[in-house]
Amino acid sequence: MKKELRLMKGNEAVAEAAIRSGADAYFGYPITPQSEVLEYLMAEKPYERTGMVVLQAESEVSAINMVYGAAGCGRMVMTSSSSPGISLKQEGISYMTGAELPCLILNVVRGGPGLGTIQPSQSDYFQATKGGGHGDYRMIVLAPASVQEMYDFVELAFDLAFKYRTPTMILSDGIIGQMMEKLEIGPQKPRRTPEEIAKQCPWATVGKPKNRERNIITSLDLSAVRQEEKNLKLQAKYKEIREKEVRYELINCEDADYILVAYGSSARLSMKAMDILRAKGVKVGILRLITLFPFPTKIIKEITPKVKGFLAVEMSCGQMVEDLRLAVEFKKPVEHFGRVGGMIPSPEEIVEALEQKIIGG
Amino acid sequence: MAEITLKDIIKEENLVYKRSEIMTGKTLSYCPGCGHGTAHQIIAHTIQDMGIQEQTIGISPVGCSVLMYDFLDLDIQQAAHGRAPALATAIKRVMPEKFVFTYQGDGDLAAIGTAETIHACNRGENITIIFINNGIYGMTGGQMAPTTLEGMPTATCPYGRDTSIMGNPLKITELLALLPGTYYVTRQSVHTPRAVRQTKKAIRTAFENQKLNRGVSFVEIVSNCNSGWKLPPVKANEWMVENMFPFYPIGDMKVDGKIVNK
Amino acid sequence: MAKIRGAVVVDIEGCKGCGVCTVACPAKVLALAKEVNGKGYNYAYMQNPEACIGCESCAIVCPDGVITVYKVKVD
Ligand SMILES: Cc1ncc(C[n+]2csc(CCOP(=O)(O)OP(=O)(O)O)c2C)c(N)n1
Ligand code: SF4
Ligand code: SF4
Ligand code: SF4
Repeated sequence: MKKELRLMKGNEAVAEAAIRSGADAYFGYPITPQSEVLEYLMAEKPYERTGMVVLQAESEVSAINMVYGAAGCGRMVMTSSSSPGISLKQEGISYMTGAELPCLILNVVRGGPGLGTIQPSQSDYFQATKGGGHGDYRMIVLAPASVQEMYDFVELAFDLAFKYRTPTMILSDGIIGQMMEKLEIGPQKPRRTPEEIAKQCPWATVGKPKNRERNIITSLDLSAVRQEEKNLKLQAKYKEIREKEVRYELINCEDADYILVAYGSSARLSMKAMDILRAKGVKVGILRLITLFPFPTKIIKEITPKVKGFLAVEMSCGQMVEDLRLAVEFKKPVEHFGRVGGMIPSPEEIVEALEQKIIGG
Repeated sequence: MAEITLKDIIKEENLVYKRSEIMTGKTLSYCPGCGHGTAHQIIAHTIQDMGIQEQTIGISPVGCSVLMYDFLDLDIQQAAHGRAPALATAIKRVMPEKFVFTYQGDGDLAAIGTAETIHACNRGENITIIFINNGIYGMTGGQMAPTTLEGMPTATCPYGRDTSIMGNPLKITELLALLPGTYYVTRQSVHTPRAVRQTKKAIRTAFENQKLNRGVSFVEIVSNCNSGWKLPPVKANEWMVENMFPFYPIGDMKVDGKIVNK
Repeated sequence: MAKIRGAVVVDIEGCKGCGVCTVACPAKVLALAKEVNGKGYNYAYMQNPEACIGCESCAIVCPDGVITVYKVKVD
């Protein structure tokens, strides 16, 4: 098949991917640096291209609850926002998790706390991977490092969301969202028919025919016994996700003495740092995380005996590094390097951090 | 002719009224005499009369009626507190041919969900909103609601609502009637047979309107909260007529997209 | 002249004894029993069955939907 190549911004790639993967609906609210998703969709008129619903909601709270409504009907539905907006969505995400509804949430992270800055950051790792809202739950979190992955992960995220009936997040940042790159896009997939939806999602509220029990979408169960069972069911789901859905990329790790652990933009910056270090004769590899939840604990445990230390590179004050430390179990040095508040670390700073904190340390 | 006995009357062929088949038969969780129950019966009968069970999706709120899905034999989604109109918006937009309704209390619709309510109405979503106004937060134990009357005592205004401190009771229905996105806006009650008949007509209209695709049909039901008001059911209804109705007058506010001038 | 005779059946165990039906009845047919049902409610019953005209008023206001109404025309 002939490849279709485009030059696009990361945010636009997500929007186009949503249309082409046969998504049924998008609900969102403008916020920098991700407004291009909604702008692109509105310009593309997917309601004419595929019948996909697109609506600008009155708030992120409303947008995520619209997502809840459409997802409860078995629809492929997504929203996108950036950090402050994602905070507002936590209520809805928690409810969707409780009601076991699939959806895709894109977070194009900017620096916080509060209104913070519109510059890129990776400071929402905890919020994304540890639950974020109230209750004992997790989301599947994918971290793209290119415009191509922004595109590809949309369909992947929908597949995972429906497979596990759980909200799935693409955790990007202002760099990937805003940067333009060449990418290959896939063919238009048809949206599922109502019959296909009813078959795939027998739990969906689409109107109760005489021959089946009514479908109820709820996160409520006032019986402690059943609510505990429900929680344990969610945990069993997360166990399966941890076993089956870990994704990562190992770059030059075979002979490596030191590993840079990074995701998204930080992984790209780490690539340059690795080149500089390798040119100096330091054997450095990169573990690029693709799923942040599930965290690739197993591969880290395998690598640990073979290396002298790890440096977590992330644009935060040290969030992902905590999961890394748990995986390494203090068997080797683990340090963190990051710039925050919208500052982007230079490859040279990463080189220096590794040299000072790990090699020299 | 011989004297007719009860046994002669109570026969299948003489049946004129029974509970709707759209009710599941599960005992309602509401307090004795609570208007929520009557409102449920009316909705169930309307859906049965219209034959639209298979095309209807309901949305239950957070409040005493959170468990509506246990009582109505329909596909139902339970919404976070105040968010029902957002759910309804999406459900209707992805399935425009279906009948979609929300059922919400005054705290849900007029406090925490004010934005969702106003914007769904302003966008003219083609949905039905049923709003139970009992002037209080029933579920959480009788705290002040946005609709609590001036001077009315509640758990969080034990000396009565002082509007200089707590603000004024909100006539959200009047507000919504002003929005171009609402097509039918009415205020009813369910405390007498006559009121029930009127409300049934209103709810029927509100569902029928969805076939026209003209915007929101909004039915407020001024109702009682015996537990919150600390009155026995019949007394509560009398109190409602005396105190709630003067501030929340019964009647249509907007019909066929036009404001009703009184 | 044709006369309307009605009768109601109250699902005693479903009744919550709220009394809303008793005030709604135009013919003063219904009253709350002195006895209580399994849940401890003084349930509604036809105290004055001959007066019932089968108008459904009691049934449509009953929040719990526990009243069934029957009606016949007698000559
Ligand atoms: C986010 C959130 N805040 C508060 C609550 C607690 N809460 C539950 S019901 C309710 C008020 C319900 O009152 P209303 O909407 O008037 O309905 P009623 O119970 O009177 O029918 C509140 C505040 C909640 N469940 N969720
Ligand atoms: S607390 Fe009030 S609103 Fe809730 S069921 Fe009881 S009477 Fe009805
Ligand atoms: S209205 Fe219904 S629940 Fe209340 S007393 Fe009469 S029969 Fe019983
Ligand atoms: S049917 Fe009418 S007359 Fe008979 S008991 Fe009920 S309200 Fe009274």
